[in-house]
Amino acid sequence: MLDDALHAPRGKDGRAPDPLRVAGWMPMRRFRDDEEVDFAIVGTGAGGGTLAARLSEAGFSVIGFDAGAWWRPLEEFASDETHQAKLYWTDERICDGDNPLQLGSNNSGKSVGGSTVHFAMVSLRFRPEWFKSRSVLGYGVDWPLDWREMWNYYTEVEQALKMAGPLTYPWGPPRPRYPYRAHEINAAGWTLAQACEALGVEWTETPLATVSAPRGQSHPCIYRGFCVAGCSTNAKQSALITWIPRAVKAGTEIRDLAMIGRIETNDAGRVTGVHYQREGQWRFQRARNVVVAGYAIETPRLLLNSASSRYPDGLANSSGLVGRNLMVQTNQGVYGTMEDEIRWYKGPPSLTITEHWNYADTDKDFFGGYAVMSQGPLPISWAATHVGNRGLWGEALLREMDKYNHQTGFKICGEVLPQERNRVTLADEKDQYGLPIARVTFSLCDNDKALVKHSVAFMSRCLDAVGARDIWAEKDDTCHLNGTARMGDDPRSSVVNADCRSWDIPNLWICDGSVFPTVGGVNPSLTIQAIACRTADRIKAMASRGEL
Amino acid sequence: MPERYPAYDVLRKRDTLSWNAVTRAVIDARLAITNSPKFFDLQEWQTLTSVCDRIVPQPKTRAAVPIAALVDRKMADDHREGYRVAVLPRMQEAWRRGLAALDAESVAKHGRRFHFLPSSQQDELLKAMQDAKLGSPEWDGMPPDTFFSQRLAHDIVAAYYSHPTAWSEIGFGGPASPRGYVRMYFNRRDPWEAVEAKPGEEDKARRANEHVG
Repeated sequence: MLDDALHAPRGKDGRAPDPLRVAGWMPMRRFRDDEEVDFAIVGTGAGGGTLAARLSEAGFSVIGFDAGAWWRPLEEFASDETHQAKLYWTDERICDGDNPLQLGSNNSGKSVGGSTVHFAMVSLRFRPEWFKSRSVLGYGVDWPLDWREMWNYYTEVEQALKMAGPLTYPWGPPRPRYPYRAHEINAAGWTLAQACEALGVEWTETPLATVSAPRGQSHPCIYRGFCVAGCSTNAKQSALITWIPRAVKAGTEIRDLAMIGRIETNDAGRVTGVHYQREGQWRFQRARNVVVAGYAIETPRLLLNSASSRYPDGLANSSGLVGRNLMVQTNQGVYGTMEDEIRWYKGPPSLTITEHWNYADTDKDFFGGYAVMSQGPLPISWAATHVGNRGLWGEALLREMDKYNHQTGFKICGEVLPQERNRVTLADEKDQYGLPIARVTFSLCDNDKALVKHSVAFMSRCLDAVGARDIWAEKDDTCHLNGTARMGDDPRSSVVNADCRSWDIPNLWICDGSVFPTVGGVNPSLTIQAIACRTADRIKAMASRGEL
Repeated sequence: MPERYPAYDVLRKRDTLSWNAVTRAVIDARLAITNSPKFFDLQEWQTLTSVCDRIVPQPKTRAAVPIAALVDRKMADDHREGYRVAVLPRMQEAWRRGLAALDAESVAKHGRRFHFLPSSQQDELLKAMQDAKLGSPEWDGMPPDTFFSQRLAHDIVAAYYSHPTAWSEIGFGGPASPRGYVRMYFNRRDPWEAVEAKPGEEDKARRANEHVG
C-alpha cells in the first residue's frame, strides 16, 4: 500500500488521484493513442507541469507523460529519509569526469511533479545582468531573453505558488511584495543573519514555495523539516499540488508510470508522436507537437535515443550541442559547532540567505556569483557528508554525529561556467525499459574552483563571526542540473530559440532547465517555471498567427 | 562518550501526533527486520557484520542496531541510488567483490579472514582500503578507496542513521508529521524534543526525557 503508486498507474479510465485529499480522485480527460493531440509533453515537473497547465488553459489538447508515480502526499509520504527514496530517479546512470556528480536524491526526481516534489522550495530570481552575462559581465554566453519580460513571469509564478518571502528584497531591481509573509527563522537561519550583520553584508528571509498561511487545501508549513524527502502536509507548493491539478482541471491528461523511449519523426523531418512504455506495453501516442521536459539528463538522453536515419546524431542536434554544456551548481558547505542548541532539523532547511556575492562585482577573483543559505540536514544526509567529505568513520564519526544539535552551517548555490566537455552521452548499458542509459561527464574548471575557494573563505569568516568552533569545509558537492539543450539566437550555437522551439524541427520543443545557457548563482526552479509560462504565451501567440 | 540525551527514546512518539500512519508502517517494518542475511552468503555476512562493527562501533549498553541486516536488505531489494561512478560496478556486484577482496587481503596479510582478526587489525585493513593501499587481484580494477567511501562506509552509515536508536542517540526529533515543531529559536525546545544533559544535570535530563513523547 505504501508504494502502490509505483506498480500500477493511477491516471487512467477518466480519473486521476487528487493529491490534496486522502483517497481523493478528480475527473480527467482521456485521449486515444491514435488521437493527434496538440502537445505531448514529456515530463511533468517545473517545466512540463507548468507548461501543461498554461497550454491546456489556453485551449490546446495536451497529454503529459511522466515515468514516475502519482502520489497522494497526505497518506503516502513518511517522515523518513530512507523510505522517501521512492521520489527519486534511481534508475542507473554512470558518472565520470574529474568531478563525478551525485544524482538521485541530490537533484533528480521521478514522480508526477518531478523534482519539485522533493526540492527545498528556494525560489529566487536571476540577477538581471545574467541574461546578458557575456555582453554585460564578460563571461559565459548571453540569453535570448530580456530580463524585464522575465521579471513579469517571475511575478506570475510567485503569485501562482503563493510564495512566502520578505517585505523588501535587498538586491536587484524592485519586485512586488511576496504574496505570503516570510516564514519564522530558525536558529540555523539566525546564525547566518547574525554573521551577515557582523560582516556588514545584507541578508534576508529566503523566498520559499511553501505557504506561511492557509491556501485552499494547503495548511501552513508545520516546520517538520523533511522538505527534501517530500512534504507530507502539502504546505509545499510543488508542481504535483499546484500546476498538475490546474492542468487536469483544464483538460490535460497526465499519464503516470509512462516512460518515453523514443520520439518518432516522419519523412518530412517533423515529429509525429512518442513511443512510451506503460503497464509493460510499448504504445505510440500521436501528437502535432512534442515538448521534451525531462530535465538536463533525461532530455538529451531522449533526444539522442531518438536518432533516426534522417537524424543520425539525435533530434534537434544539427549544432552538435545536445547533451553539451551540462551545468550544475557548486554546493559547498562550511560547518561549525555552536555553544547554543541549534536543532537545525526544524523548519525548511534554508530559511535565510545572502545574495551579496551574486550582486557584488568587486573583491572577486572569478566570474559569476553565488548565494549563501543556512542549512538543516537530516541525520542520514549529515552522516553522509562526514563520510564522503571528511572520510570519518568509527569513533570519530560518532563523536561528530553526537554534536548534531549544536551544528550550524551554510552552503552556496554557486555558478559554474558552461563547458562543452561537460556532457550527457549514451552508455552501452541498458535500463529496465531496454533503453541505453546516460553517461554524465562533469569536471569543474579553474573559474569554478576559484569561486568555491572564495565562498569557503567567506562562509568560514561568517561562522567565525558568530563564535562557531571546529569550522570545516566540504571538499566537493554540487546541486541542480542545467544546460544540455541551450537556447540562443543562432542555430549554429544553440539547440532551441528563445521560445524553446528547436531550430531543426519546428514542432519539437524543449522546456526545462536544459535550455539554460548559463546558470547564475540561484536555484533554477523559479526560472524554469517562468520560462514555461513565457513559452505558453509565445505558443498561444504563434498559434493565433498560424505559425505553429 | 557519556550519553548526551539520557533516556530519550524517539519511539515514545510513535503513537503521538508526530507520527502519521505511513511513518508508523515504514518504521515498524524496519524494526521487525531479522538479523540474518537474505542477499549475502554466510561468509560475506560474517565479513559484513565485522566491518559494520568497526565503521559504527555501538555501545554495549543497549540493543545493537542490526546494521548488516539493513545493508543486506538494501542489496536484496536492489535499492540503488540513481548513479554510480564509472569505476565501480553496479551496487550488488561492488559489495560482493569488495567483501571478497577484503577477505583476500586479510588472508594474505594475516592468514585469517577479516572476521577472525582482532579489531585493531581490522581497523588497519579498513584504513588501508580507505587510503587505496590495497591491491590484491580480487579487486579486479575496482578502486578500494572509491568502494570504501561511495559504497562500504556510505551504505553502512546510511543504514545506521535510518534506525530510531541512532536518532535517539543524537537527539534528533525524528518523524514529525503532522505535529511538526513550534519553537524555532536558539536553545528553545518543544516538549516533544530531547532534553540535553548539561554537565552535572544528567539525572534531571534523564527524568525529563522519560516524559518526552
